[in-house]
Amino acid sequence: MSETEKRISIKSSADIITARGVGREMAKQLGFNIVDQTKITTAISELTRNIVTYTGKGRVIIKKIHSDADKKDGMAIICTDKGPGIESIELVLKAGYSTSNSLGLGLSGAKMLMDDFDIKSKPGQGTRVTIKKWLR
Amino acid sequence: MDIPILKIENFLVVTIQAEMSDDEILKLQKDILSRIKEVSASGLIIDITALDVVDSFMGRTLSNIANTADLLGAKTVVVGVRPAVALTLVELGIRIKWNLNTALNLEKGIDMLKKRIEIRG
Repeated sequence: MSETEKRISIKSSADIITARGVGREMAKQLGFNIVDQTKITTAISELTRNIVTYTGKGRVIIKKIHSDADKKDGMAIICTDKGPGIESIELVLKAGYSTSNSLGLGLSGAKMLMDDFDIKSKPGQGTRVTIKKWLR
Repeated sequence: MDIPILKIENFLVVTIQAEMSDDEILKLQKDILSRIKEVSASGLIIDITALDVVDSFMGRTLSNIANTADLLGAKTVVVGVRPAVALTLVELGIRIKWNLNTALNLEKGIDMLKKRIEIRG
């Protein structure tokens, strides 16, 4: 596995801290400024906490990416789980919606903090969320 | 990790020194609240200068601590929010429910508490 791709399995809240650390380190190395580093790290925290809270276990891949079309580098974070999936993606993306009495800012927050956001989910089969941030 | 809860005059001061797991944050919440009751504190200052990430869970927990402390008779001020953390929190949308008083640093936090408590009488 190259240095520009890291995989972390997410099982407990301690793994959230590990994933955040790995994400911040990579963001720093890629040259993201302190505000973007913080946004990326916070988005990782929201998504990995969703895994721990709703599905128990999953995996996060954090990697360097490049866009030939736009000639720019960036970072992608891919969170996957085999949990119950999401019935209504539209609903969970509404800020303030929560089934767990939290602030309901997990997915919508991660979306706001990043440049690109993609979610694929099937009830009963799991969820994959991909977020990207590009260097300016 | 046990986080020290210091007492200055009638205020409690808690300095979060490192990133904390969810369990550690919840334990700290419990410790702070029982200490407020124990010493009948009238104010609480939580210093988060060391935190380079405050996600929605941490935001909610800080808010819960402040609300519960209020019921126990203590006003809360959060100090040391880093600029990058502040920007992130605003974009995250936490301003919606972020009903916390904040001050730039410990000194200003203590001033703020004193003023609030004076007004209340």
